[in-house]
Amino acid sequence: MKRAGTSESGRELTGMLGKKSEGETQKPELRTEKRTRRLAQAIRWEFILGILLLIAIVGGQTLSPDFLTAANWTNLLANFVEIALLALPLTLIVITKEIDLSVASVLGLASSMLGFLWQTRLPMPLILLGCLLAGALAGLLNGFLIVQFRLPSLAVTIGTLTLFRGFSFVLLGDRAIADFPPEYSNIGFGTVGFVPIPFLLFLILAIATAVLVHATPFGRTLFAIGGNQTAARFSGVRTQRTKLILFTVSGIISALAGIVYTFRFMSSRADNGTGFELSALAAVFLGGVSVEGGKGTVFGTFLSLLLIAVINNALTLVDVSNEILTIVTGSLLITSIVLPNLLSRWRQQFRPRHFAQTTTAVAQSVPQNPS
Amino acid sequence: MGTLRNREYLSGNFGRLGQLWERWLRSRESWLILLLALLVIGTASMNARFLGPQNIKDLMLNVSLIALLAIGQSIPIIMRQIDLSVGSIVGITAFLSGLIFFGHPNTPSLVVFLVGTGVGLLLGAVNAGLIIWGRVPSLIATLGTLYIYRGADYAWVHGRQINAANVPSSFLALGNIGFLGVPLLMWIVILFLILIGTILRRLPMGRECYAIGSNPAAAILAGINLHRRVSIGFLFSGAIAGLTGVLWLARFGTVDATAGLGIEFQVVTAAVVGGVAITGGTGTVIGAALGALLLGVFNSALVVLRVPPFWQQAFQGTMLLVAISVDAYLAHRLAIRLRIKRSHV
Repeated sequence: MKRAGTSESGRELTGMLGKKSEGETQKPELRTEKRTRRLAQAIRWEFILGILLLIAIVGGQTLSPDFLTAANWTNLLANFVEIALLALPLTLIVITKEIDLSVASVLGLASSMLGFLWQTRLPMPLILLGCLLAGALAGLLNGFLIVQFRLPSLAVTIGTLTLFRGFSFVLLGDRAIADFPPEYSNIGFGTVGFVPIPFLLFLILAIATAVLVHATPFGRTLFAIGGNQTAARFSGVRTQRTKLILFTVSGIISALAGIVYTFRFMSSRADNGTGFELSALAAVFLGGVSVEGGKGTVFGTFLSLLLIAVINNALTLVDVSNEILTIVTGSLLITSIVLPNLLSRWRQQFRPRHFAQTTTAVAQSVPQNPS
Repeated sequence: MGTLRNREYLSGNFGRLGQLWERWLRSRESWLILLLALLVIGTASMNARFLGPQNIKDLMLNVSLIALLAIGQSIPIIMRQIDLSVGSIVGITAFLSGLIFFGHPNTPSLVVFLVGTGVGLLLGAVNAGLIIWGRVPSLIATLGTLYIYRGADYAWVHGRQINAANVPSSFLALGNIGFLGVPLLMWIVILFLILIGTILRRLPMGRECYAIGSNPAAAILAGINLHRRVSIGFLFSGAIAGLTGVLWLARFGTVDATAGLGIEFQVVTAAVVGGVAITGGTGTVIGAALGALLLGVFNSALVVLRVPPFWQQAFQGTMLLVAISVDAYLAHRLAIRLRIKRSHV
C-alpha cells in the first residue's frame, strides 16, 4: 500500500522537476552522495544566513559610502527593533508548532493604552506597568483559549488580532497623542555610543531567550512539544502550561515593543504597527524555524532579522523604493523554504531507497499548516 | 444545548422528514440564519431606517465582495490550507482593469472580466506551484506572495490612481444596478455559491477536498491525488480573487495600489465564523457567505445604532472567538456522546 502511494507521488514529483527516473542517473551520483551528505551536515541554515548577511553588508558598502557609518547603523538597528522584539517570543511559539498573529495588535494596544493613560496624568512608571500588564492579559487570553478550549492558535490569534486592534480604536479612536515627556524619549531613541538603547534591550532579551531555549530543560521541552505533542505529554512535559506561559510572555514582550514604538516616534495611535505580525512572522520563518514545529534557533531568527534590516537599509540608502523591499522580503521568505526542500529532494533521489524512507516520503508530500 | 435529546426524539418519530429537520437544526447555516434574523429584527425595532431600501442595498453591495472572497477562501481552508494572498491579488486586478479602461475606454466589460479572472488564475497558479512543487507550507507560501504581489502592485502603480471618470459608466453601473431588487454583485455571489457549492457537495472532486482536509495522509493512501486537488483549490481561490478585483473597480470606481489591502484576515474571519473550520475538513461555501453577511449586518447595525465605528473591529474579533469556541464545545459534546454510545453497544 505505502510503497504504491510513494512511487506514485515520487514519479509525479520527478516528472514535475523534469528529471529522469532514478535508474538512469544512479551511477555518477553514488560517488557524490557521501560528499553531498557531509556538505549538508556542515551547511546549517544559520551559516547560509550569515554568508547572505555578509554579502548584504559588503553590497551595502559598495552601493553607498554612507552605509558603514555609525550614524547609519544607529538608524538601521533602531528601525528593526520592534519587529525584532515581536519575533523573539514568536520563534518559541512557532517551535512548539503554534502561531501568534496577534503580536502587532498587542503592540498597538499597548501603544494606545500608553497614550490613553498618559492623558489621565497618572505617573509614568505606573502607566508603563499598566501597559505591560495589559499585554500579559492579552497573551493570557490567547493562551487560555488555545489551551483550555483546545482551539487552533491560527484561528484564535486571527480573532484576537482583530479584537485587540479593535480595543485600541475603542481607546483612542482616530486621535494621536504626542505630548509625552521628553525624559522618556530615551526608551525610544537614546543611544549608548552608536548603539540605540532599544536595541540593547532587544540584545539582552535575545541572549536570554537563546540561553532559555538552547541551554535549559524548559527549552528542550519546547522542541519536544513541537516535534510530537502527544509523545511530549506522555514523557511528562506539561505541554499546556508551557504554551500558556509562552503566549503570556509573547503578550508582555509585544507590549514592551509597543512602548518602545510609542517613544521612538513620540506618538501613540490606534493603528501603530499595523501589519507588523507578518513581518515578524516572515523573519521567524526566514530564520529557519519550521512551521511544522520542533525545529529552529533563536540565532537563526536574529540573523534573519539583521539580514532584512541590512537589506532594507542598504536599498533605502540608494533610493530604491519601499515596494521593492516588500518584494525582496517575500522572495527571501519563499526561497528560504524552497531551496532547502529542493536540495533535500535532490539528495534523496540518489539515496538507496529503504522502506522506512518511503513512509516518511508519504508524510513529507503532505502540505501542512500549523493548526 | 439541552434540546439535543429532544431532537433525537423528534427524528425517531418523524422518519425521513424528521431526519431532514434534524440535519437542518444541526447545521451551522440554520443557526447563522437565526442569528441574522434576530440581529435584523432587533436592530430594525430600534431604528426602522435599518430596513430602508438604500441601507439594504448598501449592505448587500458591501457584503458581496467579502462574501465572494470568503467563498474562494473556503476551498483551500477545507483542504487544511490557507490563502493569505487574496487581498494582494484583488489589488493587482482592480488596478489592471482600471488601466485597461484608461488605455482603451471602449474595451467590452467582458474582456476586462476575463483578463482580471485570468490574471487571478495565474497568480493562484504561482501559489499552487510553490505549495506543490516547492513544498512550501501554504501559510508561508501565500504570506510570501502576499508581500510579493502587493510589492509588485505598488511598484507598478507607482502612485497613480484610476478615477471614476476614467472608467466607462456602463462598467461602473455593473457595480450598482440591480436585477429583481437584488444587486448584480449579489447575483454573482449566488451564482458562485451554486457552482462551487455543488462541486464541493456533489462531485467526487469536491468530496475529495473534504477527505484531504480531514486527514491528508489517509486521503493519499485512499488514492486521492492530493497535489492536483490542492493546486486546483488555489487556482479557484486565485481566480475568484481576480474576479473580485474587477468587481472592486466596478463597485468603487476609484482605485489605487491599496485596493484590498489587509482584507485577508477579514475574509478568513468570515469563512471561519461561517463554519469553515481552519483545521480543515468541514464547512460549506454557503456558511462562508453567511458568515460574511453576518459580519456585514453587524457592522451596519452598529452604524445605524450610532455606536462609534471604532467598536467594529472589537466586535468582529469577538465574533470569531465565540464562533470557534462554540464549535469546539459542540465537537467536545459530540465526542462524549459518541463515546457513551460506543460503550453501550
